[in-house]
Amino acid sequence: MSYEGALYIEFKRGIYMEKMIKVDKVTYDYSNSEKEVIALNNISLEVKQGEFVVIIGHNGSGKSTLAKHLNALLLPTEGDVFVKGLNTKDESKIWDIRQFAGMVFQNPDNQIVATIVEEDVAFGPENLGLQPNEIRNRIESSLKVVDMEEFRHKAPHLLSGGQKQRIAIAGVIAMRPSCIIFDEPTAMLDPSGRKEVINTIKKLNKEEQITIIHITHFMEEAVNADRVIVMEDGDIVLEGTPREVFSQVERLKKLALDVPQVTELAHQLIKEGIDLPHDILTVDEMVMKLCQLK
Amino acid sequence: MSIKIENLTHIYNPSSPFETTALDNISFEVTEGEFIGLIGHTGSGKSTLIQHLNGLLKPTKGKILINQVDITSKDVKLQDIRKNVGLVFQYPEHQLFEETVYKDIAFGPANLGLNEEEIKARVVEAMDLVRLPFQELRDRSPFELSGGQRRRVAIAGVLAMKPNILILDEPTAGLDPKGRDEILEQIKSLHQQVQNTVILVSHSMEDIAKLVDRIIVMHKGKVSLIGKPTQVFKEVEVLESIGLGIPQITYLMKMLKENNIKLREDILTIEEAKAEIINWIRGNKNA
Ligand SMILES: Nc1ncnc2c1ncn2[C@@H]1O[C@H](COP(=O)(O)OP(=O)(O)OP(=O)(O)O)[C@@H](O)[C@H]1O
Ligand SMILES: Nc1ncnc2c1ncn2[C@@H]1O[C@H](COP(=O)(O)OP(=O)(O)OP(=O)(O)O)[C@@H](O)[C@H]1O
Ligand SMILES: [Mg+2]
Ligand SMILES: [Mg+2]
Repeated sequence: MSYEGALYIEFKRGIYMEKMIKVDKVTYDYSNSEKEVIALNNISLEVKQGEFVVIIGHNGSGKSTLAKHLNALLLPTEGDVFVKGLNTKDESKIWDIRQFAGMVFQNPDNQIVATIVEEDVAFGPENLGLQPNEIRNRIESSLKVVDMEEFRHKAPHLLSGGQKQRIAIAGVIAMRPSCIIFDEPTAMLDPSGRKEVINTIKKLNKEEQITIIHITHFMEEAVNADRVIVMEDGDIVLEGTPREVFSQVERLKKLALDVPQVTELAHQLIKEGIDLPHDILTVDEMVMKLCQLK
Repeated sequence: MSIKIENLTHIYNPSSPFETTALDNISFEVTEGEFIGLIGHTGSGKSTLIQHLNGLLKPTKGKILINQVDITSKDVKLQDIRKNVGLVFQYPEHQLFEETVYKDIAFGPANLGLNEEEIKARVVEAMDLVRLPFQELRDRSPFELSGGQRRRVAIAGVLAMKPNILILDEPTAGLDPKGRDEILEQIKSLHQQVQNTVILVSHSMEDIAKLVDRIIVMHKGKVSLIGKPTQVFKEVEVLESIGLGIPQITYLMKMLKENNIKLREDILTIEEAKAEIINWIRGNKNA
């Protein structure tokens, strides 16, 4: 069995459980002679194996810069990042790290490389030098996870945005990562495409036990997370379960953020003296609570 | 300025294996000073349609009249169209090209023949509208900005031209919630001041519900619905069947009705919902 395969099995058995990612006092400085830009400011963070973390924060707060540290696209100016115990600064481990931690970006068009869906998904495994048999297995199983098997012979450019984004995700899954970092994967999608991608992300987390780090500006997408992290000026300023974080409506607004529409409505009704909990996150919860007032 | 689209068809890569009919015999009109929301699932033809409005794409068939002038006719200069029709692209990367933020935003106004001073005033004003700090960012490269900052630069570049027709293709994708609300409010209040014609393409049913006079819904290259927001968002089944939805708040009101709480259903914003629910609760107490 390959080294990578062996590690994968170990991870499935839970030997590697615990810490998937550790960001230790990281500072990142884009500055040059003309300007000074410190995008991450002594930030620390740990993500456990199997966790579903959502990161929110205003434009320029450092989310993408942090994300790029998690698979060694950027290296810390100060501090260290460990992915499954491997330091991203260790050049000899860079391919292992990129296999463990996959990335999905905003624009699916920029991530798709081949003219046939199947070939696109095969791209990563081929570069790993896997046997044709194994490559076929991986195409099969990855397309299945994202529910796109029937499109395997289609041209990606003829698919909808949500479908293209799911192909991009399949390409990442084919590498058998233990963690996937999503940087605004739904920003360009219509409501149904967003739903498709969010359901796929949930499924990867619940059924495939893949650790998820999801960056988004859609507050409704954060309600299913285990933990929500709020960034501001290169640092973490607020952190907790979705209920803990979104019940702080005023604080979030000060940070240029928002809450789901129903949470906002509940907040305003409470101000009018109506008896509702502060931590309503979904339409269903709101309907239930209002029915009790009947 | 008014817009009239007559029997517009656009076919990409005609007579090749990749032939795609992106627009299929579309007709509609927009009157001067209207604020239009253009929605439709991915690939329905929205971007293709609006790129015809400033002459970036040529129709395979059909006509585009802007203030009664057919812009597809040979004697119309593209430059003249683009002075009047400002288009913010869906992907800012397709629009930004200068070395600095300042030069990028100044590009349009410079082409209008304004002098240095006027150009600077336009850049300052536009950066303020999109909430970009002028001193801090003027000399940065647009390619060394965060995704949301880059999008703001792209929007500012078009606002700086003060076009009579302002078209925005997904302008808020990637903006943080406050930036999204503020920039849309700025666009709305500008619209109210100068009565420009605005076409906003968006996947956010919430934003569309808040802002526009009329909604055009596209599906597979055709116009499938057109009307006021309250009319269009009543068609939940149609919208969902073509990959769209309704604002979360409108959905809440629909669910309440299904649970025998009788409230108005044509509600699009948090403020309306709040008033309606408070009325209902106070009515309950008095009953
Ligand atoms: N290549 C770069 N060179 C210089 N500065 C950069 C570069 N990329 C980003 N920055 C700056 O670093 C800071 C953090 O940017 P980052 O892209 O991490 O923000 P973000 O939280 O992802 O924002 P957004 O929500 O807009 O995507 C910003 O001030 C940005 O201008
Ligand atoms: N340059 C092109 N060459 C070939 N086909 C294209 C091109 N641009 C768009 N298409 C196709 O034309 C159709 C309409 O695309 P268009 O980009 O106008 O849709 P849209 O409604 O803007 O979608 P989205 O919401 O994803 O931006 C799609 O089927 C698309 O694949
Ligand atoms: Mg970003
Ligand atoms: Mg488009």
